[in-house]
Amino acid sequence: MKTITRQKPYEEIMQQLEFCNRVFIVGCGTCATTLQTGGLEQVLELKEKLQDSGLLITGWAVIPTACDEMTAVVAAENETAIQGANAILVMACALGVQRINMYLDQPVLPGLDTLFMGLEEHSGYYMEACAQCGQCVLGYTAGICPVTACHKGLLNGPCGGTNRGKCEVDQDRDCAFTLIYNRLKEQNRLELMKYYHPPRNAQVLPRPRVKILDPKEMEQWV
Amino acid sequence: MGVIFKDLLDSGKFVVTAEVAPPKGTDLEQMLHHIDLLKDRVDALNVTDHQSSVMRFPSLGGCFAVKERGGEPILQMTCRDRNQIALQSDLLLAYTRGVRNVLCLTGDAMTVGDHKQAQGIFELDSVQLLRTIDLLEEGKDMGGNELSGKVSFCKGAIVTPEADPWEPQSCKFEKKVDAGAEFFQTQAIYDLDNFVKFMDYASQFPVKILAGIVLLTSARMAKYMTDNVPGIFVPPNLIDELSSTPKGGSLEKGIEIAGRMIAALKKDSICDGVHIMAINREEVVPDILAAAGL
Ligand code: SF4
Ligand code: SF4
Repeated sequence: MKTITRQKPYEEIMQQLEFCNRVFIVGCGTCATTLQTGGLEQVLELKEKLQDSGLLITGWAVIPTACDEMTAVVAAENETAIQGANAILVMACALGVQRINMYLDQPVLPGLDTLFMGLEEHSGYYMEACAQCGQCVLGYTAGICPVTACHKGLLNGPCGGTNRGKCEVDQDRDCAFTLIYNRLKEQNRLELMKYYHPPRNAQVLPRPRVKILDPKEMEQWV
Repeated sequence: MGVIFKDLLDSGKFVVTAEVAPPKGTDLEQMLHHIDLLKDRVDALNVTDHQSSVMRFPSLGGCFAVKERGGEPILQMTCRDRNQIALQSDLLLAYTRGVRNVLCLTGDAMTVGDHKQAQGIFELDSVQLLRTIDLLEEGKDMGGNELSGKVSFCKGAIVTPEADPWEPQSCKFEKKVDAGAEFFQTQAIYDLDNFVKFMDYASQFPVKILAGIVLLTSARMAKYMTDNVPGIFVPPNLIDELSSTPKGGSLEKGIEIAGRMIAALKKDSICDGVHIMAINREEVVPDILAAAGL
């Protein structure tokens, strides 16, 4: 699984940085490196660009995994450079941005837009496989998620827009229900195409969402 | 008109419906003109619901206008723009204002319309919307609460006989039947042999089928639809017929073709009626009816 990100337009990055003149840049060694949106190369590229725009870069770091708690260690190691900056620009997913925001006092700004959680189907091809809907229907849909694979997130079968098995919004992508039908057929479970799905519950876990692990559950992992 | 659409469907008469589109804005003149032109010529008039995801005057408002002018409206209702509460409350309003027919649709994708950044809701799909109406008819809402005063509608849905692939579409069609759809208006059909095959299948279900008739206005349009519009197939002989028509005559030819198809469907009692879609050419619907001998 990778968090799929894309770089914000440079103008938007500059707009966010309008209030400051000294910046510390953070990249991420995991998803953003694989996606080439916030790895070493992109951090150095952006550093050059910002310097050309007249900003002082007090330092930079590519944190191994920006969203995990080790980020605190990297923040401590770079304390001086970070202290010298009046903004932190994070080229990681929004989880990385928020993780760093927990440790630092300065404004922490996103350099990337976070798009979806991607499953690598084949090399370099990531698909959104799950929207964390909280009531998984994969058991009825041959393991293909209609919430993410169907443009409209329908449950009860194809809309009228299916065209030669493709989705009405993109002729290069399969209609979810063509895929589901074919796979159910292979599995000899076509009767599931007739299964009535009631409306989804939009409030399975109302926001803001948190999960608090029981101390006993935690013990098992240490 | 004065006759209730549901009674007409049940009477076994060859039913004819057409549709009008609400305007983009508050100038209702053209829509009202189309309503006046058609209300006594057809058995019921669909009012489209932000068709192709284009923001317009509401379908509900159009239905009220049909009603006020003595016509029988069919409220098209998509699941794209409203959540459960909004859909249910619009159904309550429709009922209290005399609207008795609802066509339940999923709705086009938001990205094809003119508000491309808007959220497509799709909290319900067409099957779930049909079942929701059932619930309201029983005097309950989706939250499980009692209604003071229920609704009663003749419920419709759509089906695409030429869908490719057909099997997933047929599963959905059967789910709509199970969910209480009483009539179906089909996507445009042009190949009568294919349609007869579809009717062989569909006639095993206790529902009325109105064949979709979309007016062809040129050979170019016919080719474009075959190549680009999901579930539409115009056979080559019709395209040839249109392209061999002298310049300026293709609208006439399209009217003739539509009339001919309707007459054939009626003569052999292939289906229960037709739904005529003369998109942007509503004025010629009476000519199509005349060409069909209706
Ligand atoms: S149905 Fe789809 S979105 Fe919901 S939990 Fe399962 S995979 Fe995720
Ligand atoms: S064509 Fe298929 S995948 Fe696309 S919106 Fe319709 S049902 Fe969903």
